[in-house]
Amino acid sequence: MKKVEAIIRHFKLEDVKNALAEEGIQGMTAVEVRGFGRQKGHSETYRGTEYAVDFVPKVKLEVVCADDVLQKVIDTILHTAQTGQIGDGKIFVSDLSDAIRIRTGETGNDAI
Amino acid sequence: MQKYSLLALCLLVMALLLLPSTLSGHEGNAPVYPPGTVISDESGPTIDTGDNAWMLMATALVLFMTAPGLALFYGGLVRRKNILSVLMQCTFLMGLMTIVWSIWGYTLCFGGDGLLIGDFEYLLMNKVQMTWPEPGVKVDPLLEGTIPRLTHMLFQGMFFIITPALICGAFAERMKFSTMTVFMVAWGTFVYCPLCHMFWDGGLLAGWGAVDFAGGAVVHISCGCAALVCALMIGRRLGYGSDPMPPHNLTYTAVGTAMLWFGWFGFNAGSALEANQLAASAFAATHFSAAAATLTWPSIEWLTRGKPTVLGACSGAIAGLACITPAAGYVDPMSAVLIGILASTACYFACTALKSKFGYDDSLDVFGIHGIGGMLGMLLTGVFASRAVQNLNNGNPVGLVEGGGPGMLGVQLMAVLFTIVLTVVVTFILLWILEKTMGLRVSQDEEMEGLDLSLHGEEGYINLP
Repeated sequence: MKKVEAIIRHFKLEDVKNALAEEGIQGMTAVEVRGFGRQKGHSETYRGTEYAVDFVPKVKLEVVCADDVLQKVIDTILHTAQTGQIGDGKIFVSDLSDAIRIRTGETGNDAI
Repeated sequence: MQKYSLLALCLLVMALLLLPSTLSGHEGNAPVYPPGTVISDESGPTIDTGDNAWMLMATALVLFMTAPGLALFYGGLVRRKNILSVLMQCTFLMGLMTIVWSIWGYTLCFGGDGLLIGDFEYLLMNKVQMTWPEPGVKVDPLLEGTIPRLTHMLFQGMFFIITPALICGAFAERMKFSTMTVFMVAWGTFVYCPLCHMFWDGGLLAGWGAVDFAGGAVVHISCGCAALVCALMIGRRLGYGSDPMPPHNLTYTAVGTAMLWFGWFGFNAGSALEANQLAASAFAATHFSAAAATLTWPSIEWLTRGKPTVLGACSGAIAGLACITPAAGYVDPMSAVLIGILASTACYFACTALKSKFGYDDSLDVFGIHGIGGMLGMLLTGVFASRAVQNLNNGNPVGLVEGGGPGMLGVQLMAVLFTIVLTVVVTFILLWILEKTMGLRVSQDEEMEGLDLSLHGEEGYINLP
């Protein structure tokens, strides 16, 4: 079982969600996050005072999936979230030891 | 039978109740008039209901400027941990200054004929609120011009609220609430009341011939200069210059700006105190100046920094409104366009270049916008005043542009300097005393935690589902 965490642009969230749903992914979690990578931040000016905004707002999409569909999930996110410009985000993949559905107590892949 | 006896009893009771009044009527006492009735047979001053209707409306408009207008304008500019402290200052002052106004504020501004400050003629609403007349005593209507003195008192009272509320922008995010309340009562009494009396009730400055239509000096120079003194004496916010302190919600600020603009029509056009041609002219001048200033500030940003900002448009609007305030009833509307352009330009540089050069933390730019705007407006009144708007000099030209010579400009300059000196000196003394006794500033921990939680025990934004 894997956890895929994708940091993506806000306006790509809907596309990525729909594409993943078409691939049969049944659940995901989206979180508003702030951070920076190569894109760095931008500057904002208020009444002449300039502020450097280093942490840029992004969306983090968390998807948990079985090992055999991992590549499909990664490809889907990659294709839909990409614009080719700096700031498209990143995908992190990690092993997940277990998942439990609270309603039924099912565990593992059954709980996804 | 029982029914008839009950009826007879009722009639008897009614007759007994009516007896005293019938008797006194037969005794030939003077008829009792309702309060405020004119018993004079000469045609004395009478109320103009049209004027009164407009002035009551204008009064409400001016209150609307403080909250929600100013409260949102300022509230959006602070950090999110201090939004409630700003709303509280505005809201609390609406209550506090009103009570002070009703007890001794109005009389110190408008009572008597003193040179520097009013007397106690109207103490505790005496001769302001109506009283039931003694039999046979002639009752003067309680009027100021063509409106009830009560309306005048209410209208002017709203100015007594917003002026201290404006100062709050200077010490936002770090002032002790307790000290703030004491300071505002003292400041209203010892700065606002003398200035108001000297300009608007035949005092010293009015005697010089200085004019201030709706409060360029009384409201804006006084609050702006007091704000600068406050900012210098209380010191900068923790982390000023190193930590980012951008406005936390410019949406509030933009909404607040629109409300201030709306309320300002009551402030300026209402200062005509009648619903006449002058009120219309002041209304137009106010609107035109605000419009021109709203275009100017963001245009300067566009040219010098590449982007016109929302905060720039809002700041420009307020600068234009503050600047036209003393001039609204003296200049024609097209001059007001020029005044608006000059206001935005001057205030833009005051808020950017001047502030960063001297490094004071006038947090929400009260001095840069209201102080500078008010001073410029007072001076430009001497430049653009037109006899067509208000005939101040027996039909002779008034302002510099009209050919009235530099005399009026000189008097306006004197009045500006007088206002600055009085405000700075008295504000300094008040703050010095309060610093020694109550302390001006919250503790470092309280400031870092945010005033909402540390002073009021509440949060502005609670993210619960």
